[in-house]
Amino acid sequence: MNVVEHPIVSADDYVREVLRSAEAQLHTARMDRRAFLKVIGLAGGGLVLAFHVGERNSAHANGKSLFAPNAFLKISPDGSILIYSKGPEIGQGIKTAFPLIIAEELDADWAHVRVEQAPINPAVYGRQSAGGSRSIPMSWDQLRRAGASARVMLITAAAKQWDVDPSECRTERSVVVHDASKRRLTYGELADQAATVPVPNENTLRLKERGEYKLLGTRVTGVDNLAIVTGKPLFGIDQVLPNMRYAAFEKCPAVGGKVRSANLEEIKKLPGVLDAFVVEGTGKVNEVMPGVAIVASSTWSAFAAKRALKIDWDESSASKDSWSKAVSDAAKLAKQDGPESLRTTGDLDKALGESKVVEGFYSYPFISHAPMEPQNCTAWFHDGAIELWAPSQTPDAGLTAVAAVLGLPAEKVTVHQIRAGGGFGRRLINDYMCEAAVIAKRVGVPVKLTWTREDDMQHDFYRVGGFHSFKGGVDKSGKLVAWSDHFITFTNDGEKPTSGGDLNPEEFPAQLLPHVRLTQTKFPLKTPTGPWRAPRSCSIAFAVQSFISECAVAANRDHLEFLLEIMGEPRWLQEGNEYALNTGRAASVIKLAAEKAGWGKSLPKGHGLGLAFHFSHAGHFAQVAEVSVDANKRLIVHKVTVAGDIGPIINMSGAENQVEGCVIDGLSTAMGLELGIENGRIQETNFDRYPLLRIANAPEVAVHFIQSQFPPTGVGEPGFPPVAPAICNAIYAASGHRVRTLPLTKEGFTI
Amino acid sequence: MRLSINGKEHVVNEVDEATPLLWVLRDHLGLFGAKYGCGIAQCGACTVHLNGTPVRSCSVPVSAASGQQVTTIEGLANKDGSLHALQKAWIEHDVAQCGYCQAGQIMSAAALLKSNPKPTDSDIDAAMAGNVCRCGTYVRIRKAIHSAAAQLKEGASS
Repeated sequence: MNVVEHPIVSADDYVREVLRSAEAQLHTARMDRRAFLKVIGLAGGGLVLAFHVGERNSAHANGKSLFAPNAFLKISPDGSILIYSKGPEIGQGIKTAFPLIIAEELDADWAHVRVEQAPINPAVYGRQSAGGSRSIPMSWDQLRRAGASARVMLITAAAKQWDVDPSECRTERSVVVHDASKRRLTYGELADQAATVPVPNENTLRLKERGEYKLLGTRVTGVDNLAIVTGKPLFGIDQVLPNMRYAAFEKCPAVGGKVRSANLEEIKKLPGVLDAFVVEGTGKVNEVMPGVAIVASSTWSAFAAKRALKIDWDESSASKDSWSKAVSDAAKLAKQDGPESLRTTGDLDKALGESKVVEGFYSYPFISHAPMEPQNCTAWFHDGAIELWAPSQTPDAGLTAVAAVLGLPAEKVTVHQIRAGGGFGRRLINDYMCEAAVIAKRVGVPVKLTWTREDDMQHDFYRVGGFHSFKGGVDKSGKLVAWSDHFITFTNDGEKPTSGGDLNPEEFPAQLLPHVRLTQTKFPLKTPTGPWRAPRSCSIAFAVQSFISECAVAANRDHLEFLLEIMGEPRWLQEGNEYALNTGRAASVIKLAAEKAGWGKSLPKGHGLGLAFHFSHAGHFAQVAEVSVDANKRLIVHKVTVAGDIGPIINMSGAENQVEGCVIDGLSTAMGLELGIENGRIQETNFDRYPLLRIANAPEVAVHFIQSQFPPTGVGEPGFPPVAPAICNAIYAASGHRVRTLPLTKEGFTI
Repeated sequence: MRLSINGKEHVVNEVDEATPLLWVLRDHLGLFGAKYGCGIAQCGACTVHLNGTPVRSCSVPVSAASGQQVTTIEGLANKDGSLHALQKAWIEHDVAQCGYCQAGQIMSAAALLKSNPKPTDSDIDAAMAGNVCRCGTYVRIRKAIHSAAAQLKEGASS
């Protein structure tokens, strides 16, 4: 084959140089851990700030006074501003949002900014992961201070040169201006001199008021857009190294199966195949499970040989999970409470005895993350060390996992973070990195492991299915006063609920009602589960918000008014805790969504509006769906109106895009996505049987943000949970059919 | 085997005739714009043009492309090097989230606009039905196609 041009652009040499300089300074100056460290003496000159925050526990690891910078800003004499984005880009837009925050406080001209990914070094950078919609809230102050510090240094340098007081200078679009003398110096012209200025004490920094923002809150297009639309090799699967081999890896379709024997000799004779071997694995699903690896001269040779594999699996300890059995077992438990108590408030039985009682049994299935880019990783083991190029959401954790699997010290593992073709929670787990590492160690030359789509869907950490058996009590005044939920979930270890399958006792509306009983049953499960976009919330909101609508109907009351009454007086349930519900913010988004959607307007026959609210990941979101349903249960979702409060918006274009995506993902998932599991095997293994929504069925989406005075929080997840219940409540309004089972195809709907 | 890709002739040796065009583009020719998503012509991430018609390159054997004109996203820009109106519209409307499917989306849209310079929403639905976007950027894809169609019309009349 032809060896193609090396497409991996590495930032590492520059950053290593920065780190070496930073370490050298440490020997001469005792630094405040929360201060910024200026790095000078670099080739090419200019101003470089290494900065860090937050990771206070790790900064003094091993009792050493270690200053740990975790991101970098470089202003060159040519005026270019290079910002390193420390965390992974998985489609959430963080590679644009992080630098925007720095550029705002720096007063940079956005046109001068170039962005690159930082290398992975958790000891230096702290958290380098994308999950839980945490990137913005955990980095907001850090990044603002980074920009503001550099700005002060540039002003100081200019003032010195002009022999004026710094307070007489201002900045705009990468220029320091002295109005009195009409003098101007660009950041590029000042970069070398700014590097000689002391780093300001961060306590003296004045951060901008919101009214002063020029970049934040505007619509800024993604920094990788040009590369995306011209087909540049941006993604993990696009990585190529000289002399690289291509690998595929076959595991048992029932998790836990081991290789008894395989037709390896036959496989090795196939065209393009260089090697085939059994991998024993570590037996841990988040590392390496047993299987057969194939190494070939091209991806297609590896895939073709994989299809020709004949493996005799020892399934004595493999999964025998059955979803259909879980469904029938759960139905039998619907009328009773569960054996474990999660929450008891007031006197539920007495309250139900005095109330109009509503009952509903809800279920939702297992689903796959199905990111468009299947799992892959490029790895090169040489000279006792390994280097990996991984489209991971947690490259920092991946580094540790690879070190453990190979028995290497962490400093022998280098991870390059590469743009990922979707995450949705799947790439929080780095099993594919560990597999690539094991294969690379054996092969000794660079190797790219690529999973087939079938691998990806059969070896996921699934969104767990579950069941809620509700009872609601409405008193004589029509108020919801009693709430019980027997939650039926799964356990992998026999003790705690499986990942993503737990019910928080503080979940809405239990924490707001006087009489509550939450109980739980756990079925055993071997199938691995994990976080899936808005974990827990992505399924619980469907059940809870649909059942609240049922209670409103039973109370013969308007859903909007009923929901606002549950919220009650505006209050923050735990003052200062951004993960605690704020009923005032909740009521505001509910009212706004209703108003913008024309709640209460008259609609044609067969049309209906449905409302839902959910609070998760520090975001308050309400949605109103407008649907129509015909006599054959054909569903059209015409429009979804969203109101959200996540504080100030960093990038309006990115935030709106995330919410539009949440709505479409929410409809896609509610409409037709489910996985059967029988004899431990996932039944749907490619998109022909996993009908992701297509453009013709995408509704109009209207997004409204309340930019409240709270600090900004993430947007990738909290917009998702209200979608399914809003649509299902609209279906009820349109047709009188109450949806209690997802996906909608299960109840006879088509789209 | 001889291949004509983006107007350039390539000779590819040691490739089985049944190898999908997608993997020859990616592994042998270093053209990474067409993406692997499903391998069974369901997602459209691998869409390229064969004599101007959009095809799913994961399911076209390379032998079927030999002697034909193949166009990939890398060859979509105008002859003067400027971006195609769709590429510009995709940037301006900030369509992409993860971006993985977008080269395939743009190639399907490019074939649509060539045969139908002023598509309606239902024309777009039909032409784009073979392309999945898991991030759910369909609202923007639709806007970007309409916007590019308007730009092309303006360009043609000026």
